[in-house]
Amino acid sequence: MLLEVRDLHVEFRTRDGVAKAVNGVNYTVDEGETLAVLGESGSGKSVTAQAVMGILDVPPGKIAGGEVLFQGQDLLKLKEEERRKIRGAGMAMIFQDALSSLNPVLSVGDQLGEMFVVHRKMSRRDARAKAVELMERVGIPAAKERVGQYPHQFSGGMRQRIMIAMAMALEPSLIIADEPTTALDVTVQAQVMDLLAKLQSELNMGLILITHDLGVVADVADKIAVMYAGRIVETAPVHDIYKAPAHPYTKGLLESIPRLDQKGQELYAIKGLPPNLMNIPPGCAFNPRCPLAQDVCRTDVPPLYEVSGERGSACHFWPEALNG
Amino acid sequence: MAERAGRDERAGRDERAGHAGQAGRAGQAGRAGQAGRAGQAGRAGQAGRDWPAEAILEVRDLYKHYPLTRGILFKKQVGSVKAVDGVDLDLAPGETLGIVGESGCGKSTLAKMLVHLERPTAGVIRYKGDDITKLSGRALKAVRRNIQMVFQDPYTSLNPRMTVGDIVGEPYEIHPEVAPKGSRRKKVQDLLDVVGLNPEYINRYPHQFSGGQRQRIGIARGLALRPEVIVADEPVSALDVSVQAQVINLLDKLQSEFNLSYVFIAHDLSIVRHISDRVGVMYLGRIVEIGRDEEIYDHPTHPYTQALLSAVPVPDPEARERRERIILRGDVPSPANIPSGCRFRTRCWKAQERCALEVPLLAVPAEFRLQEGPAQHPSACHFAEEKRVVPPGPEAE
Repeated sequence: MLLEVRDLHVEFRTRDGVAKAVNGVNYTVDEGETLAVLGESGSGKSVTAQAVMGILDVPPGKIAGGEVLFQGQDLLKLKEEERRKIRGAGMAMIFQDALSSLNPVLSVGDQLGEMFVVHRKMSRRDARAKAVELMERVGIPAAKERVGQYPHQFSGGMRQRIMIAMAMALEPSLIIADEPTTALDVTVQAQVMDLLAKLQSELNMGLILITHDLGVVADVADKIAVMYAGRIVETAPVHDIYKAPAHPYTKGLLESIPRLDQKGQELYAIKGLPPNLMNIPPGCAFNPRCPLAQDVCRTDVPPLYEVSGERGSACHFWPEALNG
Repeated sequence: MAERAGRDERAGRDERAGHAGQAGRAGQAGRAGQAGRAGQAGRAGQAGRDWPAEAILEVRDLYKHYPLTRGILFKKQVGSVKAVDGVDLDLAPGETLGIVGESGCGKSTLAKMLVHLERPTAGVIRYKGDDITKLSGRALKAVRRNIQMVFQDPYTSLNPRMTVGDIVGEPYEIHPEVAPKGSRRKKVQDLLDVVGLNPEYINRYPHQFSGGQRQRIGIARGLALRPEVIVADEPVSALDVSVQAQVINLLDKLQSEFNLSYVFIAHDLSIVRHISDRVGVMYLGRIVEIGRDEEIYDHPTHPYTQALLSAVPVPDPEARERRERIILRGDVPSPANIPSGCRFRTRCWKAQERCALEVPLLAVPAEFRLQEGPAQHPSACHFAEEKRVVPPGPEAE
């Protein structure tokens, strides 16, 4: 197993109280596999990834428990120096907003080359050549001429390609992509996702794709973990979940999106709002919005019930959700 | 009388259209069907194909060019950003016209001109026959009452220092004739109720609400003056998926309740299909294809529309293998430097010499002019060809 996250808890201490952002998340990613982590804003999908990557802001953030096993090693027990060696070389991250993730006062060549200078102790000239090679690999035209340019001189799609190049630079075995195409137009999104999938299969990397877009997930993922209020509420291979969701939240999400391929009637809308993380409802966090909620949902937190070999659903009434 | 004059004038234009075969005009000639179909008849079936609909909003040859200048003391114009570069469209009463396009295609500039937040460089916007670009003073104010806007970002479009009551009631300060002072509070509370907010929240501030609720406040403000047309610029794109559906349903409900006409601008093609009767696809300041929703989504004839549709991820993993993906080359060119001829040619796989020389007009392409059917709708391409890129949905199968 490439990566295994076990019972991870993350909280944020704020002036108004403790926000429980991640409350016991488990997931695994294998080599060459794509796991999509799906959730709305505030569901804890990005915070989980930041904890895995070791880039959580501490304080106010705090990892309150759990293990992150990367190639068998618990990252949370490592010293910062050792983690830094793994970041970039072992695992890398692609962020949503390339313009604010790239340094505006360094040329893209310098930023790409830095990876090789720091981790591989290369000379600046060799690093520059590597940077050009990487830019060509991610499909940036005229790479040789553009290597000295600055981030603002590239378009949104090209900047995201540079981010991908930077993440791929040291050929890590795991990539975490946090909403990599959300800021892009659909035609450019298609180009970027295409590139990501191609590089992933070439390098046989594990990919964690964090997104809120059910369409993107259906396109690229092998398996899905749906998050709600800091927990995974459903996990399944991609084909199963779209055909027959086993959690009322997943079901609600799928029914609430308009379809490109049909003119719908009135959309199903999940009533209410996602919970405040300072004040998560007792029992199942989804119970105030759930059409299936019973008394037990207001008192007992549902464990992740096994639906079948590879599927799990954190709903006391998953058979009803699955068949209803 | 005025109404009749308007109709005569339009008839005259239609005649010209027949000869010139020009862009939106041809669209208009065909519009005898088009707007009518979508507007009154669209809902009641196909019966009134020839119903001559009176468009509530007509846009002709609309341009917005922003000058690019050089020099500080002696400013010299060195070029212009052609944000909107010749748009024609019609909006029928009770109809929803969706406008889709990628960032920088000019859809938001178009929206701003429709509500008169930007003055066009050239062109005509007629509201019930009156050209609003020529109006000023009292006449303009009266027209603006009837065309309201809902903005994209519910976080920045509400003043944080005003209460909800003040925000929603502010339009009455400008148009006091709509609601006398004493009745305003009651009116605002009714509006909050209509958009699904608790009327007791009237004294709260925007930061006390979630994104979806704020968008409802923005919608309530848009409705305050009982407008006939609402221009919504990306009204749900800042919202979470589960909340998006709530707001879309609300817009749907309000439309039938108040007989509103919508111009719905968005980059999300699925949402636009859901809400629109007709859809126009914009690229670099122009509409490249326009038609009823199934004409555009199931029978697109313009290569850009086809590429755009094929790039949208569909939430169905089974479709992964069945779908053909058209991956476009490169990026959208700068609107300050638009390619000659067809503006899409630099990214088009069909482009030939003719495309660089001749601007394709928005009209029903010659090859589809004779055969009746869903491919017969205006499309600005020299080599238009029908191609289905969205596999039929589960219901159609």
